[in-house]
Amino acid sequence: MRDLQSHKQGWQANVRKQTLKLGYWTLAWLLTMALANFGPEFLWQPNELATMAAIGLNLLVGIGMIVSNKDPLRSLDEMQQKIQLEAMGLTLGVGLVSGLAYSNLDVTNIIRSDAEISHVVILMGLTYLGTVAALTGKMR
Amino acid sequence: MRNRLKVLRAERDWTQAQLAEKLDVSRQTINAIEKGKFDPSLPLAFRAARLFGLTIEDIFQDQDPA
Repeated sequence: MRDLQSHKQGWQANVRKQTLKLGYWTLAWLLTMALANFGPEFLWQPNELATMAAIGLNLLVGIGMIVSNKDPLRSLDEMQQKIQLEAMGLTLGVGLVSGLAYSNLDVTNIIRSDAEISHVVILMGLTYLGTVAALTGKMR
Repeated sequence: MRNRLKVLRAERDWTQAQLAEKLDVSRQTINAIEKGKFDPSLPLAFRAARLFGLTIEDIFQDQDPA
């Protein structure tokens, strides 16, 4: 029944709808991330229970975001799914290998500053975007 | 894999976007198939065959038949 309704709406409309839904989940996750990060300093001062609740909320919304990512991926056509699969696979590999190498640099004190997870997240984001752009361009 | 998608589409005076809509895929996918940069799955090939009233072999041919 759901598939029939989706088909009636048109393939592209369904992709837009699913992507928008993921966008809302991502926005909610970002807001709860900001709450968990800045809440202890600006909203409730040091209060361990409130901080743990904010981190728990962030985690729950994050799980919702991950689960809701399934529908937009399924709504894509087969070529788009192939591009996403290759981009996500490469991103995972780059994140794992470079993240652990970066951690080793920190552990062995070769780099003076602490290894920041945000640097790995940025690298993974850029890898994903770059791969999607490159593969999409290749198919043109 | 070679295909006659572009010719069949042109015969019916359809744009890539119109064919994409009929096959439930993106216009970019139709473009990639027409240019031989992407090989469609069997279900998509069957959908195209049904749409044009032809067999899959009439639309898609092996690039290097043995």
